[in-house]
Amino acid sequence: MPDEILQPDDVIRCDACPVLCYIKDGRTGACDRYANRSGKLVRLDAHVILDRALEQGDRVVPFLDAHREWDGQIVAGPEHFVTAIGAGTTYPDYKPAPFIISSEVKGVDMVTVVTEGIFSYCGVKLKIDTDRFLGPEQKMVRVDGEAVGHVTTAEYGSQMLSLGGVHHLTGGSLREGRITCETLLALCNGQAVEMTIDSGATVVVQAGHPPIVNGVKEDRMRVGCGSATIGMFAMQWMGKIDEVVVVDDHITGVLSEHQAGKMLGIPPTGIKMKGRRSTPGRYFRVAEPGTNWGGTNISDPLSILHPFDPQTAKPGTRMLMVSTTGEHAAYYELDKNLSPVEFPMPAALQESVARIAENCEPAMCTVMFMGGAGGSLRAGVTENPVKLTRSVRDTLTRVTCGGAEVYVWPGGGITLMVDVTRLPANAFGYVPTPAIVAPIEFTMTKADYAALGGYMDHVRPLESIVSGGDQRHVAPKPENPWPLSRPAGHEERQ
Amino acid sequence: MREPPIARMLPDGRRVHLHDGPIDAIAEAFGPPEEVRKAYDAAARRFVTILDELCAELDLLRQDAVHTIPLLKGRVAQRMADGVEPFAAASFITPMAAVAGAVAEEILETMTSAATLARVYVNDGGDIAFDLTRGESFRVGLVERPEQPSLLGTAIIPESSPVRGIATSGWRGRSFSLGIADAVTILADRAVVADAAATIVANAVDLPGHPAIARVPAREIVPDSDLGQRLVTRNVGRLTEAEVAEALASGEAVANELIARGVVRAAALNLCGETRVVGRTFAAAIAAAGAKTVLLGGSLPNA
Repeated sequence: MPDEILQPDDVIRCDACPVLCYIKDGRTGACDRYANRSGKLVRLDAHVILDRALEQGDRVVPFLDAHREWDGQIVAGPEHFVTAIGAGTTYPDYKPAPFIISSEVKGVDMVTVVTEGIFSYCGVKLKIDTDRFLGPEQKMVRVDGEAVGHVTTAEYGSQMLSLGGVHHLTGGSLREGRITCETLLALCNGQAVEMTIDSGATVVVQAGHPPIVNGVKEDRMRVGCGSATIGMFAMQWMGKIDEVVVVDDHITGVLSEHQAGKMLGIPPTGIKMKGRRSTPGRYFRVAEPGTNWGGTNISDPLSILHPFDPQTAKPGTRMLMVSTTGEHAAYYELDKNLSPVEFPMPAALQESVARIAENCEPAMCTVMFMGGAGGSLRAGVTENPVKLTRSVRDTLTRVTCGGAEVYVWPGGGITLMVDVTRLPANAFGYVPTPAIVAPIEFTMTKADYAALGGYMDHVRPLESIVSGGDQRHVAPKPENPWPLSRPAGHEERQ
Repeated sequence: MREPPIARMLPDGRRVHLHDGPIDAIAEAFGPPEEVRKAYDAAARRFVTILDELCAELDLLRQDAVHTIPLLKGRVAQRMADGVEPFAAASFITPMAAVAGAVAEEILETMTSAATLARVYVNDGGDIAFDLTRGESFRVGLVERPEQPSLLGTAIIPESSPVRGIATSGWRGRSFSLGIADAVTILADRAVVADAAATIVANAVDLPGHPAIARVPAREIVPDSDLGQRLVTRNVGRLTEAEVAEALASGEAVANELIARGVVRAAALNLCGETRVVGRTFAAAIAAAGAKTVLLGGSLPNA
């Protein structure tokens, strides 16, 4: 008789296949693919393989689907790239990387060295598409009260933050290091993080999503500030309109007073703006910040105007009021009392409003992971690490993170940057050091690998990897070049 | 959620991968392309229901074979019964000890009946069934530890050899072992017998009661293990040379007896880097100085 199957609280039953394994907490089922993680059935944190077949939508032959028969295809197999995600790492560093894989690409033997790098020197650069004031340059960026980075030089239309780095990860208190590590990990894995800036705003940042500044979601980047908008479109308004006010929380622009209008010979209209005049045709603080017209709190744009000057203004003067995103616009003509009266917008002006909107890009947060791979992890690739650095520099070796294209900084070392949204989901990990674990792959021809002193006796064929073990096959992201394709300019080399 | 069975070609375009639940088998057929295609097609069709067939009798398959052999109905289950039958009287063994070999055999036979092939193998997680026609041979790599494949040597099996099944078992593997062998590789006429024999011989490579060996009741790890409360090996600490030799010797004794009874043809036993080879042709060839390639019976075909 079989022994009684005990089913204490920490056992779950897997229903992924008819074996219906009982699995204890922390253990896997008979397949080694499914596990019980704190009472929940999970597909194991599998080794990620980029699978071009998935991109084409023909993953495998679905046998239980009676409508489709196996086509018996035996000639062309799917193409795979083994990423470092889930590959693990070797310790100490001088041991060969966990996966050194050979594959044949267009008749050339390629080698990919796959390892998960542990980065103490690493961080993220954040580009936050907003013209809202996030905080003064150099001020601390905090998460849960801990300093995790600082405000750095703003770029056009975007605020820039620099987070992480060795000083926050390991140079401060234990809690600072831990919170910094958690912040970097969350941002790199595409999660939202709320951060506050000393003497500045609270902002929620998530890669590939619009920023949320002081609770307000930024939808579109402005085409420019109100003044810049006047400068960009003044010529297109000539002859179609007498006055344009571009309403903006930062600088509101007025065409007839603006340098651009003056240059084009646009006559004064007698308009009188509220707010503080900066230079001609440019006004600060016409209203309070808000979520309405041009990032102000107004819903009636006329509320930012004083009565027109009767000495200059003429009845019949045509005026366009528009926000910096083109989201809001209205057309007015002055009546005989010189009061603006709204009329339907002429088609020519509708076009120019649409042009403003068309030139506004969606506001996004960009998270660039940046780290130095020029240190000890190179020893897992070659016995002579500097040769790897040189090979990367000479673009004989392509560096990828989870199969995603990276930018390698010129100069010494292998300092790389990668857009985290280009990597497969949850590609980053951490160790309690604290440090971030990032996937990294080095791909080169087998001949180049041999030349740089690679571990040739650890090279394994791709098939031996792809056919076994716990793996997650994911489609490559269309925006990434296929990691095994030769870099441009190297096609002719054999 | 039930995941569907998978059959797909591997990237080399030569081998087919069959996967369903805990089954992962790789098959490769050699012959005219249209015959190979026919064979793969048949294998894929047959494979679809195998796991469900097995699971229909899973309760029986997990019990002592002595009681259950006559009760098993499914084709694959009967192969499992064939595999464990030679051992059931003397030892505790459940038909599950031959499940991988049985799946491999079933797929192999499906392919050979559907197509005319020069040679073909099905490798179900290290348990291999194969077939050869006249003049053909297979070269087989031997590893010291299955989870860290490094070639210990190569065996060439020609058509003239009766061997058609190879299996490996060890305590580090996916299924439990009662013994401490890192790997026991068995060559037998049938894959199911090789599979069950590898389990039996690996169980016999042991040092009962040794303090450096950690053992745990199987069901403390896997609540529905067919091994019930039997102690399975979880760790092997430092052993002296003499202890390694002693453990290997007890495994060798069992292997020799199986060879004498004609149940298996040859065995290679590995423990802590030490290797023992049992079976005359096999042993003689491996013993040859520096020989990394061994020939099992018969003569090498012209290659």
